[in-house]
Amino acid sequence: MSNSLDTYLILSGMLFAIGSFGFLARRNAISMLMSIELMLNAVNLSIVAFAAFGAFGTTQQGVGVGSVIALMVMAVAAAEATVGLAIVIAIYRNKRTPLVDEYDAMRQ
Amino acid sequence: MLRRILPALFGLAVMGAVLGIAALMLVVLGQDWEDALVWIFAAIMIGSGLLVVTMKDIIRCGLAMIVCFGALAGIYVILGSPLIAAAQVIIYIGAISVLILFAIMLTQTKDAPARLVFQTQAGAAAVASVVIAVVMALAISATDWGEIGQRVRLATDELAMVLFSDFILAFEVVSVLLLAAVVGAVFLAKREPGGPS
Repeated sequence: MSNSLDTYLILSGMLFAIGSFGFLARRNAISMLMSIELMLNAVNLSIVAFAAFGAFGTTQQGVGVGSVIALMVMAVAAAEATVGLAIVIAIYRNKRTPLVDEYDAMRQ
Repeated sequence: MLRRILPALFGLAVMGAVLGIAALMLVVLGQDWEDALVWIFAAIMIGSGLLVVTMKDIIRCGLAMIVCFGALAGIYVILGSPLIAAAQVIIYIGAISVLILFAIMLTQTKDAPARLVFQTQAGAAAVASVVIAVVMALAISATDWGEIGQRVRLATDELAMVLFSDFILAFEVVSVLLLAAVVGAVFLAKREPGGPS
């Protein structure tokens, strides 16, 4: 079980589905950001699993190189979380609510 | 009294079931420790992930997200890349979770309706995400991975050499991106003088 790529990829798919449910269904903007973090982690898990099974190629010593991509994804996720939370706080300061269904200024 | 004990009992029962299945895998099915650990970490990860998207109290959602990230770090260790696991603990558990918890504390209002946590389309969203999970699982198990089915080593020293030789452009671009993100966040979250409170 721990030596098969399918295990990790199915786990990653389940975590991605959970995150997409949270993003579509929650009302709170910060809950939606947390769901996005879950989805990013699912993608990261699949990248590391592919790297551990040699899908991104290896060096001459037979060492997989794909984990570098996972590090890059983590850095970009950190930038995304910073800017996203700043935007949520800026909207909260104007609208006084964190619920996304009350952000309806462009609908009226 | 019973209502306060009941969730703790339920949690203990779930934990006992997970550990019992792990013991069953070790003893009866004859699988090794890695399989049992993968099962335990996967159960913790999926369970706390479900708690993140379903619980009412958003602070508890944030704490469950920390548990989910910790279990994922354990899976990275089992996959043989301790560097990624350490980065997961430092970046996600140490930085992003604390940032999210601070944002939760900054945006909670007393009059916000705490009961309605889901939009009206929650049922359709649940159906859609179950469909996503099932389609992904079917596609993964139907794929023949060919020659990439073998485990390779993920050594940290070699990874550092690759990071600072082949991926040096991406490394520098990421540092510029982080700088831009920090400046943008400070600009967005800054209070204007004379603006709304």
